[in-house]
Amino acid sequence: MSEAMNTPILETRDLCKRFGGLIATDHVSLKLYQGARHALIGPNGAGKTTFVNQLTGVLAPTSGTIHFAGQDITSWTLRQRAVAGIARTFQINQLFADLSPLQSVVLAIHEREDAGREWFHPLGTRSAIVDEAAHLLSDLGIADVMDERVGALPYGKQRLLEIAVAVAAKPKVLLLDEPAAGVPESEREQILDVVARLPSDVALILIEHDMHLVFRFAKTISVLVNGALLVDGTAEDIARDPRVKQVYLGEEEITYA
Amino acid sequence: MSAAPTHRSLAAQRLLDSSRWGWHEYAFWLFAFALYFIFPSRLALLTEIITLGLLAMSIDLILGFAGIVTLGQGAFFGLGAYVAGLVAKAGMGTFPLSDPIIGLIIAAGVTGLLGFATSFLVLRGSDLTRLMVTLGVALILAEIINQMRWLTGGADGLQGIISSPVLGLFDFDLYNKTAFLYSMVVLFALFMLARRIVHSPFGLSIKAIKGNSLRARAIGVPVNPRLIAIYTLGASYAGIAGALLAQTSQSASPDMIAFHRSADALLILVFGGAGSLYGGVIGAVAFRLLQDLFSSGAPDVWLAALMNVLPSALNVAPVTAVLKVIFGLMGPKYWSLWLGLVLVLLVLYVRGGILGLLSNLVARFKRSSQKERL
Repeated sequence: MSEAMNTPILETRDLCKRFGGLIATDHVSLKLYQGARHALIGPNGAGKTTFVNQLTGVLAPTSGTIHFAGQDITSWTLRQRAVAGIARTFQINQLFADLSPLQSVVLAIHEREDAGREWFHPLGTRSAIVDEAAHLLSDLGIADVMDERVGALPYGKQRLLEIAVAVAAKPKVLLLDEPAAGVPESEREQILDVVARLPSDVALILIEHDMHLVFRFAKTISVLVNGALLVDGTAEDIARDPRVKQVYLGEEEITYA
Repeated sequence: MSAAPTHRSLAAQRLLDSSRWGWHEYAFWLFAFALYFIFPSRLALLTEIITLGLLAMSIDLILGFAGIVTLGQGAFFGLGAYVAGLVAKAGMGTFPLSDPIIGLIIAAGVTGLLGFATSFLVLRGSDLTRLMVTLGVALILAEIINQMRWLTGGADGLQGIISSPVLGLFDFDLYNKTAFLYSMVVLFALFMLARRIVHSPFGLSIKAIKGNSLRARAIGVPVNPRLIAIYTLGASYAGIAGALLAQTSQSASPDMIAFHRSADALLILVFGGAGSLYGGVIGAVAFRLLQDLFSSGAPDVWLAALMNVLPSALNVAPVTAVLKVIFGLMGPKYWSLWLGLVLVLLVLYVRGGILGLLSNLVARFKRSSQKERL
């Protein structure tokens, strides 16, 4: 194995986050490699979103460090991490309500190409960017609504756009925070498909309650309980682990599909 | 496989469509320039409306597109007026300093510098913080200008600002012909520039920041530099508006930097409709024409005329009393009352001011005509 393959693309070392007396993240050490398909699961209030917020720079950890491709990025801002290649989707939609899906994606591509400060040429004149945006939107099944106001889109389409905007940045690490949350059963399959078709070299981290989705997608799984890492392993190991069953007892049954 | 290219060309089309000129835009500007021939005796008022509209447009860039609320745009307007006035005075009627365009450029530069310096104060904080900070900066600047009597003339302001002919060709005349055309050309040029900017990738990122700055950061938009850039640009626009007013009215006074400038301009923008670049100019026309009408005494003339043609059956005490009250309320004393009433109604019931009202009507008309065809 080469040097690059041995360096985790994303790593946390003893990450801790306290909110007053509450320990939301408790000494979490995690390593993720290029092309990972990793799920972060745990009961409600386990600190999953808090953990992701620290990875992406929305929240600063109380102690511990975060490393991206071997570089300490603990003090980097949200934007610096985004430019370096860490993208995320949000559990609660964070979209641009007054723009169109097309504009949202075109914006993300411009920023990735460092062309966001261009002020003289009208949008749509760079054909490479327009092509890529159109391609991405039809890939994700939202090309039919590309010119509508995002705020007026059905919820399921907004969830797909959440992913499209993050993918447009061509990230090396993509964190999906409950991509199917609140989506009606009939439209979940579409989101599963989209997640399954994401580029294989991207390290994906999925935070999800839906065990069906988790076991269909993930090769490795970490279980977070009360902010601490309970167990970490392959999907098969986790499915069989009695401690995990204990945690989820009464919540929902784990079926390994 | 045939679907993808269709989507592509459609996407390019959609993106370009938003920056394409509509017929109503051509009509607007043709009419605006035609005012020169339509109202040759009101060019002074129209010139003032242009400067007010440009000030409101500068707020549109900052508030309508970037979402930064401000109650201090009058600071840049007033500073621009004083800078242009002082530059022209220093020029004493000779090139280059007394050239009005040089004056505009210097005013834009100075106000842009102040905008850049104070932009760091509006990056953080809530809407309320931003309102108070911009208001505070404007108050401080107004007081500084008031106190620097030796330079600014204090309460008397600067009088007798003489500019040399525009481009060395067009002298400012008594009938304000040059003043109007000069201001109109400047307004149009600045509008064209602003229009380019808001339809560019930069403009899109500004709208995105207004919509959701957290997500904008998460996809790599450098939020603060973008806000600093647009705030600085807006300050320069306001400065140029003030400079235009100083040059065309040949004076700069403390009134031009007073708090009510900022408040009026914000109100005018809300009146006209924010976020389209046109709202400021349209709001300024409506605001200033109504204000002019109210202070002209015209309603008294209308009342007298109405009384003359009133059928004798209606010419009884209760009717005339009601008419007198109604027309009496259209006097200059009650200007604020009507202004306030219209403002409250517009904000509560019509999203997007006069322009919002118009586009609602157009949409309704289109819908009903579609029904008829069916």
